[in-house]
Amino acid sequence: MSALRIKKGSTSHSAYNLRPNFSGEVERHALAVLVENEPGVLARVIGLFSGRGYNIESLTVAEVDHAGHLSRITIVTTGTPQVIAQIHAQLGRIVPVHDVQDLTAEGPAVERELALLKVAGTGDARIEALRLAEIFRANVVDSTLESFVFEITGPSDKIDAFAELMRPLGLVETARTGVAALSRGTE
Amino acid sequence: MTRQMTGAKMVVQALKDQGVDTVFGYPGGAVLPIYDEIFQQNDIKHVLVRHEQGAIHAAEGYARSTGKPGVALVTSGPGATNAVTGLTDALLDSIPIVVLTGQVPTFMIGSDAFQEADTVGITRPCTKHNWLVKETDYLPKVIHEAFHVATSGRPGPVLVDIPKDVQFATGTYTEKTKTKSHYQPQLKGDIDAITELAKAMEKAKRPIFYTGGGVINSGDAASQLLRELVDATGFPITSTLMGLGAYPASGEKWLGMLGMHGLYEANMAMHDCDLMINIGARFDDRITGLISEFSPKSKKAHIDIDASSINKVIHVDIPILGDVAHVLEDLLKVWKSRGRVTDKENLAKWWAKINEWKAVECLNYRNSDTVIKPQYALQRLEALTKGHDRYITTEVGQHQMWAAQYLGFEDPNRWMTSGGLGTMGYGFPASIGVQLAHPDALVINVAGEASWLMNMQELGTAVQYRLPVKQFILNNERLGMVRQWQQLLHGERYSQSWSEALPDFTKLAEAFGAKGILCKDPKDLDDAIMEMLDYDGPVLFDCLVEKHENCFPMIPSGKPHNEMLLGDASTEGAIQAGGAVLV
Repeated sequence: MSALRIKKGSTSHSAYNLRPNFSGEVERHALAVLVENEPGVLARVIGLFSGRGYNIESLTVAEVDHAGHLSRITIVTTGTPQVIAQIHAQLGRIVPVHDVQDLTAEGPAVERELALLKVAGTGDARIEALRLAEIFRANVVDSTLESFVFEITGPSDKIDAFAELMRPLGLVETARTGVAALSRGTE
Repeated sequence: MTRQMTGAKMVVQALKDQGVDTVFGYPGGAVLPIYDEIFQQNDIKHVLVRHEQGAIHAAEGYARSTGKPGVALVTSGPGATNAVTGLTDALLDSIPIVVLTGQVPTFMIGSDAFQEADTVGITRPCTKHNWLVKETDYLPKVIHEAFHVATSGRPGPVLVDIPKDVQFATGTYTEKTKTKSHYQPQLKGDIDAITELAKAMEKAKRPIFYTGGGVINSGDAASQLLRELVDATGFPITSTLMGLGAYPASGEKWLGMLGMHGLYEANMAMHDCDLMINIGARFDDRITGLISEFSPKSKKAHIDIDASSINKVIHVDIPILGDVAHVLEDLLKVWKSRGRVTDKENLAKWWAKINEWKAVECLNYRNSDTVIKPQYALQRLEALTKGHDRYITTEVGQHQMWAAQYLGFEDPNRWMTSGGLGTMGYGFPASIGVQLAHPDALVINVAGEASWLMNMQELGTAVQYRLPVKQFILNNERLGMVRQWQQLLHGERYSQSWSEALPDFTKLAEAFGAKGILCKDPKDLDDAIMEMLDYDGPVLFDCLVEKHENCFPMIPSGKPHNEMLLGDASTEGAIQAGGAVLV
């Protein structure tokens, strides 16, 4: 038996025992990052997440202020409160980042996502898909005799629920935009 | 007034406007226009290194010893990739350097052109920020911004990638003063948090200052304020490897370096304190030891300019975001205006306890009449160079830790070592950078033979520019620190950790036109060191030392601060097999 049989991730007896003993439940946070719209800025943000081992649940990015040369990146991530605070601080020190907002921590926020779902089928399944789409206020944006493309917007869990219902009815393909979010209220 | 000029000329003009006097570099196809401009002026001195890694470390040495940003210029492709280690080193140690790289012409980017590499892509994670400049008009703005970013907030390396057609094309030069940046890190600390810290200092029974490289990066004022604060409060002070010199080693409140190879009294005081005041340090893993038992009884304050350093590994009770000098100035004001209170009675008891730990004399070692002990070599070096205008660089390994333990630093910016990245091969080129910044000073690189060989080609640079850098090599014919860990944790199986086929260092020095000195007898050591100091030129000092000396004290892997190994301790079984997970 090797004396060096050490369990993966073992923290005892190593000088690299850096596992911080911060505790806390894993939370889901939406972060809004206002960035200078310059080449490579998205790579910096994504590189930070992959390089430091943080999670990305969803990410959306688009220019929001053409004159001001600013883009907004909305990232949904998960982690303990300490990890979320680290992500916030790490994002804040990227040079072209102007502002980081933790929408989840800073009070109520609206989160919306858009999805397109292609559902193929005939007969009862097709009728059922259309009926459910009405309930979910999904629009038909393309139709053939054997398929629909639905457009649906809403919080991510609504889209999850709709996609789940469409699965047995012939869901072929899904495209989702990821979350866009804004804080509620005047500011 | 608008000035039209080529991109290449803009580079030189922008460097002049930034006050740059020295550039370390190596030419190549993609930077030829810039080298042509360098040829036609005399304001900026270009130092030709022998390898691009050497250019970056030399720029780091220049920066660390002056507080000004260091500048390096290298070509595209391999020139840029050879710079990566130095950039990462500067990132981890927060050293302000500006690296200019050539790039293939914009119209060839992405075509796998000769000497093309995705330089901004490769260096994105190892710079504070980087830019690819595609328009000549933007070039001066970007270079000015690069200097601003490198030196503002937490300093760090930046890189500007300049395609060759951008260097040839003509554009409008932008003055430094006309460049505005949105990047403006907060300097002043929150006054409520500072007041909370002042109150904690008044009540503390067992306080300690734990300082780091941030004090030195903040500038001379920060070191002055730190000294004033320590002397006024009477609190003990310890420092990380990076922070040595901010508080003088001869100061009476000085406990020596802390951490894995730190002093017993410093680590014990860190473990038992009730108020820890972290000033510009980052709770690095070489400092904390076992995190769950790190200074369990203390309230912790942390002054740092980088928000991401706060609460990263250790939870702190009083976080203060700001520049060290600004915060210390306010802290002193607040503490003084509140009546300069400390708990003198308990402080005296605390010092009594600390003096008991000091009495252990943890740096003691068994000396020898027949073989030079590395500790002895450094003690003699210290004694014989004390009072000189002295700068020390090091490589990485046992010799580095011994240098930190046995050499004393009275002022900031006198100690250049690769702390965060632990880059073997750092010290020699760094010593070249230091010597260029301080032509009349005594610059010594304390090295191990294995580290030194990693950038030995720079001996050519030292000779070419007549730089009297002293390479003080503690030659144990081993990768000493690797060997030590193999002895302690890997059953004395010394896998690949000895230096076979070493060169004759004296002859090597002579081959380059430098002076070589060999010393192997403790009785000859003083004379040999004096001979090194008296020689006006680069010296390769081959000091043959005890081959199996271990570096103590040591916090063994996975242990807290109060379970240090001392020099004569039995090392057997001190680190369990599990410690081998990694260094």
